[in-house]
Amino acid sequence: MADTITRPSSLSAWLREPVPTSSWQARAQQLWLSWGALRSNPSVMFGGTVIIIVTLLAVFAPLVATHDIYAQDLSIRLQKPSSVHWLGTDELGRDVYSRLIFGARITLYIAGLTAVIAAPIGLIVGTTAGYIGGWVDTVLMRIVDVFLAFPSLILALAFVAALGPGIENAIIAISLAAWPPIARLARAETLSIRKSDYIAAVRLQKASSLRIIFNHIMPMCIPSVIVRVTLNMAAIILTAAGLGFLGLGAQPPSPEWGTMLSSAREFIFTNGMIAAIPGTAILLVSLAFNLLGDGLRDMMDPRHG
Amino acid sequence: MMPSQILGKDRILEAVGLHVSFGTGALSTVAVDDVSFVIARGEAYGLIGESGCGKSTILRTIAGLVETYDGALLFGNRELPRKRDKDFFRRVQMVFQDPYGSLHPRKMVESVLAEPLAIHRFDNPRKRIDAVLEAVGLGPAFRFRYPHELSGGQRQRVAIARALVIEPEVLLLDEPTSALDVSVQAEILNLLKTLRRERNVTYFMVSHDIAVITHLCDRIAVMAEGRIIEEMTAADVRGGRAREPYTRTFLEASAGYVTAS
Amino acid sequence: MVKPLLEVEDLNISFHGGRGVTHAVRGVSFCIGREKVGIVGESGSGKSQTGRAMLRLTPKGADITAKKLSFDGIDLLAATEPEMRKIRGKRISMILQDPKFSLNPLMRVGQQIVEAYRVHTPSSKAEARDKAMAMLEAVNIRNPQRVFELLPHEVSGGMGQRIMIAMMLILEPDLIIADEPTSALDVTVRRQVLTILDELVTRRGAGLMFISHDLNLVADFCDRVLVMYAGRIVEDIPARDLRHAEHPYTRALLDSLPRLDRPVDMLTVPKRDPAWLTSPTIRRAST
Repeated sequence: MADTITRPSSLSAWLREPVPTSSWQARAQQLWLSWGALRSNPSVMFGGTVIIIVTLLAVFAPLVATHDIYAQDLSIRLQKPSSVHWLGTDELGRDVYSRLIFGARITLYIAGLTAVIAAPIGLIVGTTAGYIGGWVDTVLMRIVDVFLAFPSLILALAFVAALGPGIENAIIAISLAAWPPIARLARAETLSIRKSDYIAAVRLQKASSLRIIFNHIMPMCIPSVIVRVTLNMAAIILTAAGLGFLGLGAQPPSPEWGTMLSSAREFIFTNGMIAAIPGTAILLVSLAFNLLGDGLRDMMDPRHG
Repeated sequence: MMPSQILGKDRILEAVGLHVSFGTGALSTVAVDDVSFVIARGEAYGLIGESGCGKSTILRTIAGLVETYDGALLFGNRELPRKRDKDFFRRVQMVFQDPYGSLHPRKMVESVLAEPLAIHRFDNPRKRIDAVLEAVGLGPAFRFRYPHELSGGQRQRVAIARALVIEPEVLLLDEPTSALDVSVQAEILNLLKTLRRERNVTYFMVSHDIAVITHLCDRIAVMAEGRIIEEMTAADVRGGRAREPYTRTFLEASAGYVTAS
Repeated sequence: MVKPLLEVEDLNISFHGGRGVTHAVRGVSFCIGREKVGIVGESGSGKSQTGRAMLRLTPKGADITAKKLSFDGIDLLAATEPEMRKIRGKRISMILQDPKFSLNPLMRVGQQIVEAYRVHTPSSKAEARDKAMAMLEAVNIRNPQRVFELLPHEVSGGMGQRIMIAMMLILEPDLIIADEPTSALDVTVRRQVLTILDELVTRRGAGLMFISHDLNLVADFCDRVLVMYAGRIVEDIPARDLRHAEHPYTRALLDSLPRLDRPVDMLTVPKRDPAWLTSPTIRRAST
């Protein structure tokens, strides 16, 4: 902050101009202000940094990894960390560090895809039910109730049992359990938003329900949905790892963290290291998502702050 | 001016035996009870009363926000359908009481004003937005501002601009200044007066402040318990020429704490 | 008036927020005796913060300084929190704009008055109940037995405000701070509430600090008026002279009001003068 004030670059001048001259500039200025608020929130910064690092590692996994993750060499199995194998080797002599890095891809893939599937479904169902009301609301919310009545892991188990194990099926299963709470949240928000004067004002312009839901209600629900999804991310990662651990998610030899943990279970007393490493990774990433979500909630959702 | 005297004029909005009640059965409450009035084109008509007298309900019923009512509402001598059509909203717009609640917090001024233009398929949105911002005294510098960057008075100007941008014939005003400071209230009242003069818009205003409503309106209806009990001209109000005892009490109470001093 | 009840000298209130320091009140000095003093100003003028500072109810993060802030000889800035608790309610009480937010929604209103009384005055339940009943009668509630048993959501705005007044006055405070006590009420109800407040204050010889945005009301109701602008008192004037005020801001505010006595084509919108931020307070003694 300090050096941008002393040496104003043209970009920061543009971001600070008191009278924006285009809608682009106005939006950028708003983002800049939010970024300022984000930076001053330590839990957002910590959580965000961890997630960015993990994402970068996952994206550049082939460059960062030191070994072939599938290459087995029983002569060097269960080694302690060394300069060759930074985090040691597993029961089949595979490099744990490289597997961990590639595992991040799978974890983020599951978490990201679940969010991308569950958030829009929850948002659309919730806002539609809340805005239109009547029998639409009743039907949609009863469906939500049915989904909420199952414990999410059990629901996921049932779907995996029906569709067969595998990452894609695990994602579908987790998404099915993840959208109903978001729909609940979006509906509750919508109920209070729809009574506001600004919604009455657009109704008086004869805007269609579709337009009102998409242009006016959804932008107001999105912040709390983002917070909710971020906070859910930890649970999603844990469910994914749990499914992997139970052998119902990603299948060996995939380096998914839950799967790694599962196969390391046998050696937990002789070589605790190889179980602790994927466990720590799961913990760290879920913690990062929780901190990010908490911080975002403090900022965007003053009611809980 | 009584309804009979308005016959020769061009009627724009008329209520005949309007009756609105909320709830059903034993729990139902009558909000508006057999209310009739006639508003001529270009007139400013005010509805005054204490909270809960049904004045806001009448306004919301005209606007179509309350869809279940008995009696008839006529617009340009034709009965309005219960579900208002698009043409109605092209010609009738509303300004809300609270400028902090009537603007979408995440939409900048430009998109607030562009939306009605898009819905009603107006051409030249850019030019119209600039013109309406000029008309409400804000100027083009405000195009790309968000509501939280504006003061209460500026927000209310944006809300008025939003109503005016599609050039309606009638403006429904729901206590447009009661949430504002007196100096800002003066600005907004001046603006409303000027706009009416320039554009010949018909005003239908609801307020609890007799001074404000008398300042802006030609004719004033006094409401109590869901009924219009008396219609007066602004001059009658100023002269204290009220027929009904309730109106007299109301006028006295509005004049200040100690009326005699 | 021998010694004023409340003496305030050079009161400053500032907030430390994300965007630097905001000065809500800047160097305000005034005294209140056993009289009705109105504080008028527009939103953001610092009038409410001034009122709250008297009870040290300013929000967290606010910085209050004053050369003198004394109530009946007690230094309010130096008083400890337990001492303040004794003063709040018992000696100085506060009436807020909306009774709905000040009453406990789950407790019968009569019980709340009884509680308020018994917190500060040792007395038996029956005694407190009688006292509460008498107080409800004093604020012109026709059927106190019935109202006593009501819950806050069952009473109207005017009734709620009268209950609040009863609750505040039952302890016979020396100073009452009323922050926009009638702005949520209808005009006819407003008059009743003010009459009650006036009677009780006058009869008990208490001081009243009446915070409002309504110049006409303050001019008619109070004895003296302080006009605040941008955290300062720009004018201190006897209420009956308010309509002939000297300060251009006070004049401008009066001119910006729509009038009932004669039609005005365009209202005057106050033009703000930066000199008002530093010019001395215009004080006119009551004659």
